[in-house]
Amino acid sequence: MTDTQARATAWYEIVLATLKANNVKLVVYVPDRVFTPLIKGIHADPYFTAFATTREEEALGIVTGAWMGGMRGAVLMQTSGFGTIPNALASLVVPSQIPALIFVSERGTLGEFNLGQALVYKTMRPVLNSLAVENVTVTRQDELAFTVDRSIKQAVATQAPVTFILSPLLTGGKVFEG
Amino acid sequence: MSTKPSAPVGSHNAKVMNRFELTKRLVAHLKHDEAVIGGIGNANFDLWASGQRPQNFYMLGSMGLAIPIALGVAIAQPRRHVIALEGDGSLLMQLGCLATVAERAPNNLTIVVWDNGIYQITGSQPTASATVADLVAIARAAGIANSAWAADEGDFDRLMAAALREKAPSLIAARIDNKPAVGTTDRDPVQIRERFMRGLGVKGGRD
Repeated sequence: MTDTQARATAWYEIVLATLKANNVKLVVYVPDRVFTPLIKGIHADPYFTAFATTREEEALGIVTGAWMGGMRGAVLMQTSGFGTIPNALASLVVPSQIPALIFVSERGTLGEFNLGQALVYKTMRPVLNSLAVENVTVTRQDELAFTVDRSIKQAVATQAPVTFILSPLLTGGKVFEG
Repeated sequence: MSTKPSAPVGSHNAKVMNRFELTKRLVAHLKHDEAVIGGIGNANFDLWASGQRPQNFYMLGSMGLAIPIALGVAIAQPRRHVIALEGDGSLLMQLGCLATVAERAPNNLTIVVWDNGIYQITGSQPTASATVADLVAIARAAGIANSAWAADEGDFDRLMAAALREKAPSLIAARIDNKPAVGTTDRDPVQIRERFMRGLGVKGGRD
């Protein structure tokens, strides 16, 4: 673990530091409330090229192109956005062996208030597992740096995508304010 | 500029040309190992038939993602010009990417759209561009100011030459006929990706 990671106190600081430590310069995302501090931190750091896309599959296309051009990239989305990417995974990222790093803000569980999120949540791991896409759920901050760091290295070494599902147990999630 | 027609060229009065002939013209402009991302279907097939340059990527699935893939390559390799080839149906599926390209404003990206007004590969059902949707007007409204219809073959050449010099993204649309593609691509995604990465001087992206 680097000094930066050791000093980091919030989950999003750990993710940001681990991306940097692994040479991941490109971050594209469809915004998410829970990921907002991570997105802000990435935009504030000139190390990163970061921008929003209009759809999650567009973001996957961009990191695929960047990888082929020699730049590592990560995609950020929320659980409902995951429901839009199975075709891009199955017909581009997986068969082309692209180590796309996919971070999903987990919705649909542990206090979800939106039925649509709850239903996409139920499809997410079955889709990833049926495509044999590595997926790791992170619930504990003391395991975050190790999990993300090692899984990025594995993705690159094995030329395969990985999905990080960041649980509300880690991030706090989004709560009903009605 | 002398070859530019005086009347504004739109989808209604642009000459209907042939995709394979225009693809060969396009490739003839590529003198600096420019990357070309071929969209799924006949855009890809005619690109393949025009000669398998190591800097060509043939997208076998993921309809609509040729432009995002090209944007990713353009970001990773800012000194290489990148060209995305898409059909009208594919572009209509992923129109949001035009706004993303306009917002990023890469100075090394050109989008070429072959518009035959049909989903040719699935049975020639009409697309909206056959009647009401003007893809150049859409691209301009999305923020890609350098967007134009090619009036004829000579105009296409002029627009391609200008796009490769531009310091902002360009979109060139060409009306094309419904002739089938001249070839078909191989169907091995890993081999296609590997060849493309080597063509770009990248070996697996490892440290």
